[in-house]
Amino acid sequence: MTTHQISTRQRERIAYRRGRAIRSVLLAAASTAAVGTLLAVAITGAPGWERVKESFFDLDTARKYLPQILEGLWLNVKLLVVCATCAMALGLLVAVLRTLRGPVFFPVRALATGYTYSFRGLPLIIVIYLFAFGVPGLRLQGTPDVLVLGAAALVVTYGAYLAEVFRAGIESVHPSQIAAARSLGLTYRQAMRHVVLPQAVRRVAPPLLNDTVALQKDVGLISLAGPIDAIRAAQIGVAQDADFTPYIVAGVLFVLLALPLIAVTDGVTLRAARRQNAGT
Amino acid sequence: MLLEIKDVRKAFGDQVILDGLDLGVAEHEVVALIGASGSGKSTLLRCVNLLTEIDDGTIHLDGEEISDPRIDPDAVRRRIGLVFQSYNLFPHMTVLENITLAPVRVHRRPAKEAEAQARQWLERVGLADKAGSYPDRLSGGQQQRAAIVRALVNSPRLLLLDEVTSALDPELVGEVLTMIRDLKGEGVTMVLATHEMGFAKQVADRVAFLDGGRVLEQGPPEQVLGDPVEARTRQFLARIIEAGRL
Repeated sequence: MTTHQISTRQRERIAYRRGRAIRSVLLAAASTAAVGTLLAVAITGAPGWERVKESFFDLDTARKYLPQILEGLWLNVKLLVVCATCAMALGLLVAVLRTLRGPVFFPVRALATGYTYSFRGLPLIIVIYLFAFGVPGLRLQGTPDVLVLGAAALVVTYGAYLAEVFRAGIESVHPSQIAAARSLGLTYRQAMRHVVLPQAVRRVAPPLLNDTVALQKDVGLISLAGPIDAIRAAQIGVAQDADFTPYIVAGVLFVLLALPLIAVTDGVTLRAARRQNAGT
Repeated sequence: MLLEIKDVRKAFGDQVILDGLDLGVAEHEVVALIGASGSGKSTLLRCVNLLTEIDDGTIHLDGEEISDPRIDPDAVRRRIGLVFQSYNLFPHMTVLENITLAPVRVHRRPAKEAEAQARQWLERVGLADKAGSYPDRLSGGQQQRAAIVRALVNSPRLLLLDEVTSALDPELVGEVLTMIRDLKGEGVTMVLATHEMGFAKQVADRVAFLDGGRVLEQGPPEQVLGDPVEARTRQFLARIIEAGRL
């Protein structure tokens, strides 16, 4: 390494850039402060603000129902883990089934396609009603609990979304990769398992996690079927005290729950983008 | 004959690529396929490896008809190695994993044994220190050498090389060609599609010029490249010389 004396010209450039950077930071701070003040004034200055504060942001009510809501949230967390795992497995299975060729697999393929088409269009709420109230209505022996039925509704709905994500990933793997695998004597199944799927899953990790974040909050819809999750617990509180604060508490808890998952998703997305830019 | 291609036809839509092509390859022989882009060199190699289905004709390997639809294509491919122009290494696997995948999964060999053999090969081709690297950390020449090893560890009866130096920077071509020359010394039977006329001259026992979907002319490299009989071959070679590639 040779020691290099920075030229006057370069020193000027550095000074200029630093000046611009300081200016940008100051501008951002000023604009944030202005918007924040405006929002605060608009909300707290609203004629109904006192009333809203009482019925939505009451600290005593929040404290009173927090334990029940937290207990309900634990159910949401468990449901999220189970449903996300099952939906991923189902989605992957359906995506792979849709790639099968040959006349023997026609019914399997048709079924898988029909499934993804219908359940991506069907509102989750209707699926939950159908599963939680429709299935028990059949009065079959050994009908599972509504909790299980509600979870099944979530899995079936999200499985359809995830199947499409996986399929996009599978199709994004270049055909030359399959050719290389087959030329080595690997069977279609082996090529799929060892060459295509590992690359496909890596590539779609960001959208997969994104759907998991969406599932994280949709898990709360299970309260429609009856189980006492965070939202249901909040609803009970709202009904007892005629105060909406418990909903706000549940909402804040849901956001906190989502934060780590969102952070992971952003991290994975960033890493994937960087790897893509590194190029091959 | 190890490989016998007879009257093979292949068209993609209206475009006829192979139009009654005949070619035989004896054991330990190295045959270079030359010809313009789109003359069917790559298609022919893919047909031999059953990656592309032929429209008519027959292909025999070791006296067995491999163009018979009742045959197990995976079993045929196990006996034929194919190396691609763009290497096609698996990007999610290390070099070592790329090489041991088929020996372990297809040929059911113990992982330890396959790994030891792979390392031996990597040592030989000067890639010992790259065993644990992912393909994107390797230069084009290194990737292609790894890809050739990947095909060779399965001890194929026949090695097909599809323009294996076409994607390489000029200064990296040499290392790959040296490796192929070594393989010839060991008696590996090879069919190689190439644009490297100088190399074809050195390494091939026979050069086949493809034109109009057939082998228009074939023979010893000195004759086909030096004193071709057919006018089309002469035209082709004149263009190559013009481009400074011979």
